[in-house]
Amino acid sequence: MLKRVHFPTSVLPYLLVAPQILVTLIFFIWPASQAMYQSMRIEDAFGLSTEFVWFENFQILAEDKQYFETFWRTIIFSACVAFISMSVALFLAGFADRVVRGAMAYRTMLIWPYAVAPVLAGALWVFMFNPTLGIFPYLLEFVGYDWNHYLNGHQAMLLVILAAAWKQVAYNFLFYLAAMQSIPKSVIEASAIDGAGPVRRFRTIILPLVSPTTFFLLVINAVYAFFDTFGIIHAVTQGGPAGATTILVYKVYNDGFVGLDLGGSAAQSVILMILVISMTVIQFRYVEKKVDY
Amino acid sequence: MVENRPLLTVISHLILLVGILLIALPIWITFVAATHDEARMLQAPIPMLPGGYFWENFKRTLFGSGLSGTEIAPVWRMLANSLAMAMMISLGKISISLISAFAIVYFKFPFRMGFFWLIFITLMLPVEVRIMPTFQVVANLGMLNSYWGLSIPLIASATATFMFRQVFLTIPDEMLESARIDGASPMRFFWDILIPLSRTNIAALFVILFIYGWNQYLWPLLITTDADMTTIVMSIKQMLEAAEQSPQWNVIMMTALLAMIPPVFVVISMQKLFVQGLTETDK
Repeated sequence: MLKRVHFPTSVLPYLLVAPQILVTLIFFIWPASQAMYQSMRIEDAFGLSTEFVWFENFQILAEDKQYFETFWRTIIFSACVAFISMSVALFLAGFADRVVRGAMAYRTMLIWPYAVAPVLAGALWVFMFNPTLGIFPYLLEFVGYDWNHYLNGHQAMLLVILAAAWKQVAYNFLFYLAAMQSIPKSVIEASAIDGAGPVRRFRTIILPLVSPTTFFLLVINAVYAFFDTFGIIHAVTQGGPAGATTILVYKVYNDGFVGLDLGGSAAQSVILMILVISMTVIQFRYVEKKVDY
Repeated sequence: MVENRPLLTVISHLILLVGILLIALPIWITFVAATHDEARMLQAPIPMLPGGYFWENFKRTLFGSGLSGTEIAPVWRMLANSLAMAMMISLGKISISLISAFAIVYFKFPFRMGFFWLIFITLMLPVEVRIMPTFQVVANLGMLNSYWGLSIPLIASATATFMFRQVFLTIPDEMLESARIDGASPMRFFWDILIPLSRTNIAALFVILFIYGWNQYLWPLLITTDADMTTIVMSIKQMLEAAEQSPQWNVIMMTALLAMIPPVFVVISMQKLFVQGLTETDK
């Protein structure tokens, strides 16, 4: 951690860490503690007085059926996003790993969606699925399927899942391809000599050997779906129709800035903090010992 | 290749090509929409092949008022705002992380580990979970509607600090010993030895952070109310809202295209650094 040889103590190191520490204290630690403080207070209907209520806000949330549904919805949403984007990425990486020529060219062509902002991804998909103009509703009409994500909650959910997964394929592909290319060729060759075909090798050799990457990506994708998809949802559905696509982060924003329920929003923030902390702990405890074979 | 299976190789290439086309489809549709005039973009089967209005839309979007009948700032202004924000965030994160990693690795001082853990905690507090109180702090400091408010609250970085710490730890101790024998002061050592030795890491991190900064959405949405401070990524949402009354999809899609070109260009042109940055910061 510390160098064996180092500089003598002076004021210099304090000056060096000062900017980072100041920003951390002012914009991270202080707001986070404010969130905790606010989560234990209830404001009256006119915003004139507040009352300290200990854990009542959390109790209200625990009894709130809507919050429970939002929680479930977030988990389903994240699971779908992670599953779709990871399996597409794994599938494509499996083939890209096979081709000798052009693997890197394919990589270039597949990784750029990483750079597209979530809200832009949302805009592209909402345009493709626009009920009156979009290309997909137009095509779906031929098979007699009526698409309108402004009215149908399931279709709205499907749309945000697709947009979120589309953007994340790039990232997962990059990591899967790197993991597959770092598997020693001798292992693959040995199994080929033993008579295992490409599909068998993929299932019994490659898949288990990239499992640390799978686990790592699972955590990353969960964090992505929980927090970074705000832009997609805000652009595509605004949480609607009738709350069908409201996930936890969107609800914190909506209850705080639109509904102005400060206590309730802060209590939700605190719950989200606990979620992030546990995800980070999982990532560091289990993922650290990873990918090197 | 392990064995020679020409058919499987052909199938692999085919599947990859189909994958690329599917991934690129949304962008293709966006591009096509940006090359037609307004009237064409209101007829039900939207075109799948480019039209001849690209330059006209381009000029109208970039320099004109953009979407007619709204109070949205001209697009060149929003691009400039985005660029300023992305540069301030990425350079800010890199500089404060470099110096704090330097202090933590090369100095022994009281509370060293305390500071380290304090920085570590920021990893667990993304903007999304402390939206309201952070907004209040920025409002109280009078930083709403300013570049400072857009960038400074986002520039603390645990990942960047960890990465530089890792890089510094791999630099041999002999470097410092010889520098000290030659009479170099700590800051001299930092500028003349550490910075040149971590140049590629800085570049790789810059690529990732530039994209991160450019694509910020929730934060600018909260703290900018002034149309002159709008970033390009934010404006898409306002345009989509306006589109519900009077859809001008050619302009909206041209704006979307302009908003994604800079970060996509960065990823493709600096691919090696980008991949290095991604794998270094996330693990």
